[in-house]
Amino acid sequence: MISEALAGKRLAITGTTGFLGTALVERLLRCVPEVELVLLVRPGRRGAAERIRREIIRNDVFDRLRSELGQANFERRCEQQISGVAGDVGIGGLGLDAAGRELIASCDIVIHSAAAVAFDNPLDTAMEVNLLGPVRLVQMLNELDASPHFIAVSTCYVAGSRRGNAPEEPLADSPMYVPVSWQDEAEASQRRRITTETQSRDPAHLEEFRSRARQELGAAGTPALAAKTEQLRSRWVHEQMVEAGRSRAASLGFPDAYAFTKALAEIAVAETKGSLPVTTVRPSIIESAYAEPVPGWIRGFRMAEPIIIGYGRGLLTDFPGIPQGVLDVIPVDLVASAICAVAAKGPDPNCKIIQVASGAVNPFLFNQLVDLAHRWFSANPIYDDRDQPISPPHWTYPGRGRVVRQLKRLSKGLEMGEKVLGRLPIRGRQAEVTADLDERREMVERALGYVTLYGAYTECEALFGVDRLLDLWEEMDAEDKKQFCFDPRTIDWDHYVTNVHLPTVVEQGRVKTGPTGRVGSPRYERQRAQVLAPERQLAAFDLENTVIAANVVVAYGWLATRRLPVDERARLIAKVLLEAPSLLALDRRDRSDFLRHFYRRYEGAPTTQMAEDAQEMFSDLILTQSFPAAIRRIREHRAAGHTTVLITGALDFIVEPLRPLFDHIVCAELAQSYGTYTGHLAAVPPTSESRAEVLRDFAHAEGLELAESVAYADSASDLALLEAVGYPVAVNPEPKLATLARKRGWLIEHFDKAPGTPRKLLPIAAHQRKQAQKGAA
Amino acid sequence: MKDKVRPTPRPGLVLEVDRSTPPIVFHHGEGFRTERLPAGRSRIIYPAEPLMGLDDPRGAIRRALCNPIDQDPLPAQLKAGMKLTIAFDDISLPLPPMRSPDIRQLIIEQVLEMAAAAGVDDVHLIAALALHRRMTEAELRHAVGDRTYDAFAPSGCLYNHDAEDPEGMVVLGNTPHGEEVQFSKRAAESDLVVYVNINLVAMDGGHKSTATGLSGYRGLRHHHNVATMQQSKSFMDQHRSELHASNWRMGEVLRAAGVKIFQIETTVNNNTFGTQGPLAMLQKREWEWSARDRAAFVGMTAGLKVGTTQMARKVFQSWRAPYELTSVQAGEVEAVHKVTTEHVYAQHLVPVKGQTDILTMGLPYICPYNVNSVMNPILVMCLGLGYFFNLYRGQPLVREGGVVIMSHPTRWEFHPVHHPSYIDFFEEVLADTTDPVEIEARYEQRFATDEWYIHLYRTSYAYHGVHPFYMWYWGAHALQHLGEVIIVGGNTKAVQRMGFRPASTLQDALEIASDTVGRQPTVTHIHNPPILMADVS
Repeated sequence: MISEALAGKRLAITGTTGFLGTALVERLLRCVPEVELVLLVRPGRRGAAERIRREIIRNDVFDRLRSELGQANFERRCEQQISGVAGDVGIGGLGLDAAGRELIASCDIVIHSAAAVAFDNPLDTAMEVNLLGPVRLVQMLNELDASPHFIAVSTCYVAGSRRGNAPEEPLADSPMYVPVSWQDEAEASQRRRITTETQSRDPAHLEEFRSRARQELGAAGTPALAAKTEQLRSRWVHEQMVEAGRSRAASLGFPDAYAFTKALAEIAVAETKGSLPVTTVRPSIIESAYAEPVPGWIRGFRMAEPIIIGYGRGLLTDFPGIPQGVLDVIPVDLVASAICAVAAKGPDPNCKIIQVASGAVNPFLFNQLVDLAHRWFSANPIYDDRDQPISPPHWTYPGRGRVVRQLKRLSKGLEMGEKVLGRLPIRGRQAEVTADLDERREMVERALGYVTLYGAYTECEALFGVDRLLDLWEEMDAEDKKQFCFDPRTIDWDHYVTNVHLPTVVEQGRVKTGPTGRVGSPRYERQRAQVLAPERQLAAFDLENTVIAANVVVAYGWLATRRLPVDERARLIAKVLLEAPSLLALDRRDRSDFLRHFYRRYEGAPTTQMAEDAQEMFSDLILTQSFPAAIRRIREHRAAGHTTVLITGALDFIVEPLRPLFDHIVCAELAQSYGTYTGHLAAVPPTSESRAEVLRDFAHAEGLELAESVAYADSASDLALLEAVGYPVAVNPEPKLATLARKRGWLIEHFDKAPGTPRKLLPIAAHQRKQAQKGAA
Repeated sequence: MKDKVRPTPRPGLVLEVDRSTPPIVFHHGEGFRTERLPAGRSRIIYPAEPLMGLDDPRGAIRRALCNPIDQDPLPAQLKAGMKLTIAFDDISLPLPPMRSPDIRQLIIEQVLEMAAAAGVDDVHLIAALALHRRMTEAELRHAVGDRTYDAFAPSGCLYNHDAEDPEGMVVLGNTPHGEEVQFSKRAAESDLVVYVNINLVAMDGGHKSTATGLSGYRGLRHHHNVATMQQSKSFMDQHRSELHASNWRMGEVLRAAGVKIFQIETTVNNNTFGTQGPLAMLQKREWEWSARDRAAFVGMTAGLKVGTTQMARKVFQSWRAPYELTSVQAGEVEAVHKVTTEHVYAQHLVPVKGQTDILTMGLPYICPYNVNSVMNPILVMCLGLGYFFNLYRGQPLVREGGVVIMSHPTRWEFHPVHHPSYIDFFEEVLADTTDPVEIEARYEQRFATDEWYIHLYRTSYAYHGVHPFYMWYWGAHALQHLGEVIIVGGNTKAVQRMGFRPASTLQDALEIASDTVGRQPTVTHIHNPPILMADVS
């Protein structure tokens, strides 16, 4: 009897915040009386005990036991039988204190199930956790002269990517295994990290990161660009390390760094274990529970889930794999049972390795899964944002290379599209197409990630032998067989996929499983209510393309032509139009320089006449080009008691008529001399990142909280301003900002000119009748 | 001139529709619809043909100024050293704007000549626009003429009335009903106020010219409100109009306060589209159209289909009506207005027997508040349910609980400079409620005192913040009286926003109306413009 054999024993378990670990803790606590569990948990910020309480005991896996015992009894049992030890298998010395070391050494059984299971971990992380973790544990036990039964959880895929039988034998005995030194590999991975970090700081690389940051953010100002550059650099290092893991694993015949480091760990443990009795349990792909404690229990998003959801959402239109290939899946409760059985049996020199897999005895074919999923998603479709059911795709199982090529081509195409759109002078709804493209590209890249990562698994044709597992099964008595079932032959795949796994995955995936009746975004309404909430304190507005669809050049054109005869007007406008490209380029490079350069044109303009003309321009140009919804929004902010601020590069006399809308206006001012403007700036308007500074200073002086403030702007060059406040709003965003705002979940507003606005092709003032002279004559 | 040989004008006409009646032209914004009305139970009211204009307008004006009713001749009232204020109707009159020279120009030039002859040098000219938008330079030039504009505008003596100028407005007292009489300070302090009016419809003129035109929100709110409009049946019939009663009371207060008004009122004929020219067929009866009229109409409608709304708007807004002066009288306000009203009625009144179940109307591209601008949905409502519905004497053309079907594109369009508060009224107020009483109680105060709207009214060319409310109140009597309002060919969302039913064709509209008035309703179409006023017995 397993429960009798383990009763009263003290078990140390690592990796209990993981999927298998949690299942194991639950099973032992529920089925084995008076078992004592020592859980090695990374302390994190909250400490080991708190993490155990929050991340393990509160998990819904315990719902069954909790209801069987009642809350009070359940808590008592947890308290009595579970103790936590703060430690980390990923660092030298395991991060244990003396008491912790003693406690673990005093255990009868140590189950090591901690692992970095993500298939896309950086090589050195995988090495530290998967390879060095168990080695450190074994070394510590040896140092303390303890010899508990050490059960190492590995994976069937240590057999590597290959065809044919993969029996339950040590790797060293396998003819397929290419012997390498695990110490060398570990060291090499650490060196690789150092080299990559160094490389990432090469001037050439840094320049590339900077230019990519500029491409993404535009003229967002130095601090924002610096932060983005650094983010891109560390992301690059991460990607390089992931790629290093993938290529090293592939070079030795493994599907990925996970299987590779796990394989090295088996070798290393065998070499370093000394007299420690070790049993290795190799599960295949662990998925949701078949029956225990409840059908479908799952923790976190596992390996196949993203693919299944991606399939259901129509994201993965095709997937590589061999339709008749075996997909070796094993429900988590079977693995937990097998480990319990191994632990109960104790060390057995004839049974050092046990594989928990289904392929050899109860094969589950890839196309079987796809067919079941197709049927299931056809009956229970996922719904898209527009409340339309998504019909699942038909997979044709092409070769991996072809899918990868297709996806890469698509991703490239989308990227090109984004680039082209990014250069067009579009904004608002059109610019959001760029954001859509970006979203699609990310989806494609995610799909590409799945295909590269998981493709190897779906294409794997190894058959994992389970002879020893079945031998062990035969030794069980009837009671154990009922309570600790690990016979893969008992799995009814149709039932498991249709009734257990898919419903769970869809539920966990938090996808729309029915029409909500709320087409569009309830989030938009919520965000809009948020920016106008009375708690907000300050609302800052950019002017151009946020409140009015005009710019400094247009305003100049109007003012300059107002008092010109018709022929000279045409000449002036033609001149400005000819200069437009160079002006635009200068504006893109540096806004302040542009303004300084452009405002020179006002040299010699009489100040009183400008004020008079600006008043007329307010009606003829500014208001006609204004966005009524933006003006309404400003007024709503004022009505809500918020302080309103206008931050613009426009000239003071031009924005003067807008003064009643704002509590404070920050704008450009020209120097005056003898009643005319000199063309030089007396007050330099804040541009890009200095806008954030101006706002910060203003808020500080007025005692207002930026976190409780709102900012409205249209361009990525205002990024610093938007980032400075708690509630950024992208108004008619140009492509870069549209993409950023979408990614960051900012409120996006589309303010339009009033429908019916008289169109003005060129910024020319209405022709003034020179009747005065005629009349006099 | 050719016009002078035209035949004697025929009076208005009520046509019973039978199967031989040709399709009828409905005005439809900057376009037209041709519709067939159900035979046997429909009638069409046609306006009278344009009355003959006065042969010598300048002479007639001079005679009126020199032989005023119940007052001394104008020259006798003008003295050196006096303060003279000439106030004149704004851009909302006449509709569409008339061809140059504008009547106002003709009158003002003579008044100024007389003033100059008398040695009056303190003269101000004020566009009496109350809470309307300021007139632009071009519009002022059109109204008063270049000579007057250039002589007075540069020195600041010709300007738009500013009802929100705290220094420029005074309260002259209260009426026995407790209504405050707010008035232009300059006019109040003048020794003589000469008011130059164009009496396009029966609502215009009388004490309303000054008591409304030179007043502000403080004064106007006493008669520009829902209760008053609901008790004015109709506001085109001054004897049954609470709006006029209130203005007349205010006129009393003005008189008592010593404001001396020399009222000059004029009437024009119905010659809106000309007896010749591209739009002439619009004031002809359809069965009398010549082949040329038909061809011109087909060509015009085809052209409108090709062009954009903006182009069509530009073309129509540039139309200047060849109105002719039919009468001019000056002197004491009430006595003058009596004569004026007679002249208005002579042109407009068409006797109609009994009410109808359904009243149909084709709304044109223009109303008093969108000259050189955009006819937004609120103005559509105001033109249909305010002006057209109220163009009756006796009883409304449509029975209580009946249906009005209006034809207008009712685009969701607004002029951002002229109608900023309309945009907010439409987006905010009408989205909440369309009940005039509730709107007045909950929103009017806020819009009327809004700083931004006041800023735009005073410095830009915006109607006052409260103006869209008045537009809505103008239809309050109709809203109370009617069972259903249907707009044919309008923007569905805009029509629904106003609480009306959208229909794509007249047939659909009649079908929708059958819910309210049954399967065999009587239908009356008011063939306006040119303007007519139904004298319903």
